[in-house]
Order: sequence, then structure tokens, then C-alpha cells
Amino acid sequence: MSDSSFQNLPKGWKSVPSDLGSDQTAFKGVQWGKAMMWIFLLSDTFIFSCFLISYMKGRASTVVDWPNTSEVFSLDFMGVPVPLLLIAIMTFVLITSSGTMALAVKYGYEKNKKMCGWFIFATAIGGLTFVGMQAYEWSKLIHEGVRPWSNPFGAGQFGSYFFMITGFHGTHVSIGVIFLFIFARKVFRGDFDTGRRGFFTTMKSDYVSIEILGLYWHFVDLVWVFIFAFFYLW
Amino acid sequence: MNENTEINKDKQKASTTHKIGIYLWIWGLLFVLSFFSYMVDWYQFQGLLRWSLILFFMFLKAGLIMAFFMHLFWERYALVNVLLWPMTAIACFVGLMVAEGKYTVFTRLIYFVLGE
Repeated sequence: MSDSSFQNLPKGWKSVPSDLGSDQTAFKGVQWGKAMMWIFLLSDTFIFSCFLISYMKGRASTVVDWPNTSEVFSLDFMGVPVPLLLIAIMTFVLITSSGTMALAVKYGYEKNKKMCGWFIFATAIGGLTFVGMQAYEWSKLIHEGVRPWSNPFGAGQFGSYFFMITGFHGTHVSIGVIFLFIFARKVFRGDFDTGRRGFFTTMKSDYVSIEILGLYWHFVDLVWVFIFAFFYLW
Repeated sequence: MNENTEINKDKQKASTTHKIGIYLWIWGLLFVLSFFSYMVDWYQFQGLLRWSLILFFMFLKAGLIMAFFMHLFWERYALVNVLLWPMTAIACFVGLMVAEGKYTVFTRLIYFVLGE
């Protein structure tokens, strides 16, 4: 649809019935890929919610004490155990990468190829750092005897929820990192300026793809906010 | 007419690109809020204070990320509603499972612990 007709549509709450009841497109001004990414993220929200709700139910219904997360996830720093140190660093790394991604989207829309590419690259490095620290955390806990069925710290369910929830989140981060590297290459090659057609699609490349990639990456950060609050802090 | 479409194009551009300041502000706020939620554990707050602070910082961070980093603040309400209403279903599910969890632990305490 053209830009001018977009501006004349009703605004505020009145826009909801008029947009949803309108002809051809329900989400005005939203590129189809972006709408599809949002719907995918909504379905992903349901999956992560199911994991976190089952964790809540499992933790609430066990008669054995839950492991003290601030001791289990403490890390020795110069001989002193600091509670949740690694998790705090991981949180800051992920937020940093979310910020660089937001800037990449901004520079993408400004068609600033160089800045956009470097910020996507920085985001990918941040994601890679996060996955590396998570691998370290997993191996540390496995060495300490945490298993999906039992652990030396308390309720046996702890391990299964930990590996399932952080594992599923880590998988999302890893997939994100792969796509970030692919898109960094595409940006530097100039695909989005020349409108070069993609590998999987015959459609022309457009900088809106960077925003779609950004949505996915911010979602991964968003899920971590909830995991950090419910699993590590609670 | 020509002038009008030019203005509309500018408006359209304004809806997809934002000043760098807003991103840096949100970025900074997220750092501060994360630091505060880490401090909740650092100072070992317990009970009601602990979980109300955890939830407060969590929802604030989630809201900032969704509104500004994911651009929902600038999207039309049709899309925002499609995304946010299903969350109420999740909230209902949480409520159901809280009740279910309480019942399960109640029966376990009666049959496993008191039964022995």
C-alpha cells in the first residue's frame, strides 16, 4: 500500500477494528516477513511459558528443599565465592548484544552499510561469548554432579529444569549467532543496497530483514530476562 | 499534492528510523535495572520484598525491550493487541498451575511425609 493512504487511517484504539476489518492487510505498514516473525515469536513465547510454568509447578510441589541458586551458581573470584557472578556477566553480555543489535537496525534503515554490518558482527560476537559462558556453566555443574534426575544440592527436579530451560534458550542463541554471521556477510557484500536475491528466496533483499533479525535477537534477550528472574534469582 | 506526498514520506521515514539517543537511553536503563536485580540477590533480600523486587525489575526490563528495541511502541495497535492479548491466556495458565502445585504439595505432605 502507498505511504499516503497509511497516514490517513484512524489512530489509537479506533485503529484496531478498522485495521482488522479492512481489506487485504490487517497489519498496516508492517512488512509480511515482520508480521510472520512476530507470530513465530508469539508461538515461541508459548513454548518458553510452558517450560517456565512447569518449572514453577515442579518447584512448588516438591517436598524436598530447592537448591540455593545463589550458592550453586556462585563462582570463585580471587578465592572468594561471588554469588551468581557468571550469570550476572552473561546477563550484561546479552543486554550489550541487544543494544548493538538495536543500533544495527537503526543504521540499516539509514542504509549505512558499514556501521550496520559492524554492529551485527558485534552482536554475533556477544552471542558467541554468551554461548561460551553457558557451555562453561553446564560443564561446571555436570562436574559437580548435577544430572537431570538428581543433584547433590537438593530437589532432584532442579537438574532437569535447568538443562531443559537453559538448553532451549542456548539453542535459540546459537541459531541467532549463525544468522547474525550470515547477515553480517550479506550486509558487507551489499545485498541490501543492490537488492540481490537471497539463497532461499527469489525476493530482493531489503533492510527490513535486519529489523526482523533484530526482533528475533531481542526476543532471545527478553526470554533471558524471565529465566534470570525466575530460575536464578527466585 | 506533490508536496503532500513528500511530507508523508518524511513521516513514514520517521516511523522506521529513530534518533540514536532513545536506543542509548534504553540500553543504559537496561544495564541499571539488571544491576539492581542482581543487587536483590547480592543483599539477600528475602520473602515478599525479594519476589516483588524481582518481578518489578523483570517486567520493567521486558517492557523496555519490547516497547523500544522491538519497536512495539511505534507499531499500530492491531499488531500490539495480537501480541499482548495471548499473554492473558498465559497468565491464566500460571494461576491454574499455582493452584495445582499447592494441591500437589498438600497431598504429598499428607501421604509421603505424615504417612511415614
